[in-house]
Amino acid sequence: MRLFLGSCFTLILAAAIGLGATWVTLTRGVAFGAMTIGAWTAWPKSGSVDIDPYARATIARTGELPIGTGDGVAFYARTDDAGNALDGRCTFVVSGMTPAARYWTLTLYDAQGRLVANTTDRHGFTSAEILREAGGRFAISVGPRARPGNWLPSGGIEQFVLVWRLYDTPIGVASLTTKEGPMPAVSRKSCS
Amino acid sequence: MIRLPLWILGALLLGGIVHLSTVLAMPQAATQDAYSRLAKLTPVNAVVPLTAPSAQDTTMPFMDPAFAVAVCRYDLSSGAIKLSAPLSQAYTSVTFYTRKSVAYYAINDRAAGRRAIELDLMTPEQHTQVPEEEDVTAADRLIIESPTTTGLIVLRALAPEPSLMAMARRALAGTQCRIEPVPQ
Repeated sequence: MRLFLGSCFTLILAAAIGLGATWVTLTRGVAFGAMTIGAWTAWPKSGSVDIDPYARATIARTGELPIGTGDGVAFYARTDDAGNALDGRCTFVVSGMTPAARYWTLTLYDAQGRLVANTTDRHGFTSAEILREAGGRFAISVGPRARPGNWLPSGGIEQFVLVWRLYDTPIGVASLTTKEGPMPAVSRKSCS
Repeated sequence: MIRLPLWILGALLLGGIVHLSTVLAMPQAATQDAYSRLAKLTPVNAVVPLTAPSAQDTTMPFMDPAFAVAVCRYDLSSGAIKLSAPLSQAYTSVTFYTRKSVAYYAINDRAAGRRAIELDLMTPEQHTQVPEEEDVTAADRLIIESPTTTGLIVLRALAPEPSLMAMARRALAGTQCRIEPVPQ
């Protein structure tokens, strides 16, 4: 009897541990080979046949198509440089320079990867349309209320994700060193 | 009750096995992966433009709204695929995905270096059947081997500004993806 009860207990606990660990890793988007620069993290291997099993399982579940290594690399930010979550009710400033790339785009999504509704129908910027200061630096305000200059509306949602995609870039293709270029700084200015 | 730690240790080991096997099985079990989503929207071996992502509707999560996207969902069981994609003015790329969304090859307009991206997609078996002299005469013919019989070719053309989206879509509309029957 004790053996039977023990076996039942073990099996139930094993199922809970195993499925729980799978659920946590897949919803958090765990993957190996992450490249982090400031607030930005990219997984260059996810765009090649060297993709690891966790990233494979994650994209199979979410239904997204990772950007191919010969195409570019995507950096994701869910917090600012200080670790504050990207809250749509606060105003953040993304500023600085970008690493070398022929084109880049910056896009704002909700946590599930959908675009966020707003009155100006703006969901991001490309390197061709951004307003720059002298010297090539730029600053983008991300927040719920309109700002002069480059304004990316966040629609006031609770948590948003910024994705910086570099197209035709040497980063992450030839080497996997983390000493490469600067990524823009992300800082929180004010919260309403 | 002395046996309780042993039971828990056993549960941890078993739980680890459950965890690893569910992670490995996930791509096989997924019903909402990119290929399954596109299978409902696209015919096989034809180029279909995807609707631009919006806040209400997105074909796949994390699509770049600055790009016009077209998809050729391929099936190589009846022959190789000949793909030709004219280049848009700004930036064009072609990415090949397996049935399980693994990007196994990607090329952009600059790497292609011509007015169009032209290549042949085939299975490794079909590649071995390509006559050798043909391989030599058409040295600049780019041949890609697909690890799976079915998969996705995704064509992306950048619209650097929203007003150029129509141009990017027009460029992709000239793409051809057709099957070449196996020579008997």
